[in-house]
Amino acid sequence: MKTITILAVFTVLCCLGIFLVNPALAGNPRSKIVVDGSTTVGPIAKSFAEYYMRMNPVVNITVSESGSGNGAKSLINGTCDVANMSRFMKEKEFKAAVDKGIFPVAHVVAVDGIAIIVHPSNRVKSLTIEQVRDIYLGKTKNWNKVGGTNKRIVIISRDTNSGTYETFEKLVMKKQKITQNAEYVGSNGAIRTRVQSTKAAIGYVGLGFIDKSVKAVKIDNIYPDNNSVSSGKYPIARPLFMFTNGYPKLGTHLHAFVTLYLSEKGQEIIESIGFIPITKY
Amino acid sequence: MKKIRIHPGNLGKQLLSTGNTRTKRILSFFGHSLLFLITGVSVVSVLFIFIFIFRDALPFFKLEGFKEFFTSTKWYPSSDNPSFGALSLFFGSAIVTTGAVIVSVPLGVIAAVCLSDVLSFSLRQIMKPVIEILAAIPSVAYGFFALVIFAPLLQDSGGNLLAISSWIVCTPLILLITIIGSGLLASKISPVNSLYIRIIAALIIGIPLFTGLWFLSSHISGIQISSGTNALNVSIILGIMALPTVVSVSDDSLTAVDRSLREGSYALGATRAETLIKVVIPAAKGGIVAAVILGIMRAIGETMVVWMASGNAAKIPHPWFNFLEPIRTLTATIAGDMGEADQVTGSSRYHVLFALALCLLLFTFICNLIGEKFIKRSKKITR
Repeated sequence: MKTITILAVFTVLCCLGIFLVNPALAGNPRSKIVVDGSTTVGPIAKSFAEYYMRMNPVVNITVSESGSGNGAKSLINGTCDVANMSRFMKEKEFKAAVDKGIFPVAHVVAVDGIAIIVHPSNRVKSLTIEQVRDIYLGKTKNWNKVGGTNKRIVIISRDTNSGTYETFEKLVMKKQKITQNAEYVGSNGAIRTRVQSTKAAIGYVGLGFIDKSVKAVKIDNIYPDNNSVSSGKYPIARPLFMFTNGYPKLGTHLHAFVTLYLSEKGQEIIESIGFIPITKY
Repeated sequence: MKKIRIHPGNLGKQLLSTGNTRTKRILSFFGHSLLFLITGVSVVSVLFIFIFIFRDALPFFKLEGFKEFFTSTKWYPSSDNPSFGALSLFFGSAIVTTGAVIVSVPLGVIAAVCLSDVLSFSLRQIMKPVIEILAAIPSVAYGFFALVIFAPLLQDSGGNLLAISSWIVCTPLILLITIIGSGLLASKISPVNSLYIRIIAALIIGIPLFTGLWFLSSHISGIQISSGTNALNVSIILGIMALPTVVSVSDDSLTAVDRSLREGSYALGATRAETLIKVVIPAAKGGIVAAVILGIMRAIGETMVVWMASGNAAKIPHPWFNFLEPIRTLTATIAGDMGEADQVTGSSRYHVLFALALCLLLFTFICNLIGEKFIKRSKKITR
């Protein structure tokens, strides 16, 4: 009996020990840059990292894609150096950061347009932003109401986690609630898959995800492309951010990494993966 | 336990086992405590999972109360004035689990009966491992199949598929009813057992049934499925995923039924079918119920497939038994909403996921207890 008591106490102590070990103790060596955040900005950060590490083999850059909110959280908790975000930081997040002694600085690395996509066989070529909103509110239920064939509209949305969803909610829905009939999927690629296989579907993706398998519709008579988005004519566009804690010290690898978007090579990279650079060279 | 005899010649072994009694005791103490610790890890982790989920779920009920969570269907956790009505999520989980049970239980139990009592031993040795491979396929592979292949198929030719499957399911049923019914009818019409009368009776029963099936299937084939990612799609895939569990647990309980029971039944003049239906299956009933419960747990806890292929629309379909509309389950909601829902951006939204997890955990826990009970009971009967 006594042995069992001793063992039980020992077990409990071991378990407590596991909880007391603090994972945050591990320090960051200077040549390591940790990037976390939006799945939309992720591809840019990954290509930047690949290019930068090729130029500077001593630097180790890790890029995770866990969503804009998680990126902000990581920056606040000090577990990453660069937070990729497809939306600006929220007030609450800013407050939480400042409370912890972190001062987020935004770098706008590129502009992204959100394209409304439909199946290539769909006759609808152009929609107004109000029509898109009515579809997502569930007021317009059939394609024949907006110039298409007689088919029930299948509404597809990103999950509420994503920066794309939040931007869509802000720019198109004007904060009104999306209908309960809408289907939610986990990534831009998954929306494209659903739309290319569903004749009556409507969805929204980042500009970089448009290809021949889906059709982007004109919004308020403007087709989403590089020119219309970067000039601000296309209504559903957003800047993409990288946040750092304070402006990085000049001359550091971190500084060089987050200002890569200003260089010619950086802009080439951004264009090659389907986003729009903020400046023209 | 098996006793190992030590041969006098085997010096090394002897030294190890008959040393100083104190060293022996210390060694055995450490051996015991090491094993105890390792076993304790799994027990303690179950306990901690309960504690931590409960701890994080409690603030939600304190903040928002119970009423909206269990009665409203409005699930808008990320909105500016959020609403946390989880009823449609509970409903979504329930409907796909029911669907999975409808798919997996008849198939699984029939397959188990076939494996244990019908097939030859050598064939069974091949068939059973193949069925169990189904359990080894990662769920994301099932999800990919459901999303990329099955969903477009349902959209393009869903009506025809449904019509064909209604034929596949109903034809054997109708044939069975016709054969049994015509026998009964013929014996009522005339006491003399004549083939002529039997055929007429079979026609009287069979023709209207098959005409009914014909009308039903032609009606079904007209159905247009607007979205292939719906409750039906997920139910079928989950049913297939639960199949190996149902098959192997019910097969185990069927093979555990003692040979003497079967032989006794044959000795009394029962046919193979009678033995199976009246003796073997009732004796293994507990194990089969346990198999069904384990299948339910497999289906309700599955996340990846439902997240990929159920459509994730948080609503109760209209009408409620409509399997052709997208739904959203508890597991998919927890997986999908976890990323953004942290303490920074809103605490109710974070804790509501733990409240969902708690409900799920309690449900599977109860299922597990019931399942254990049935397995125990079936062991007692069949021994």
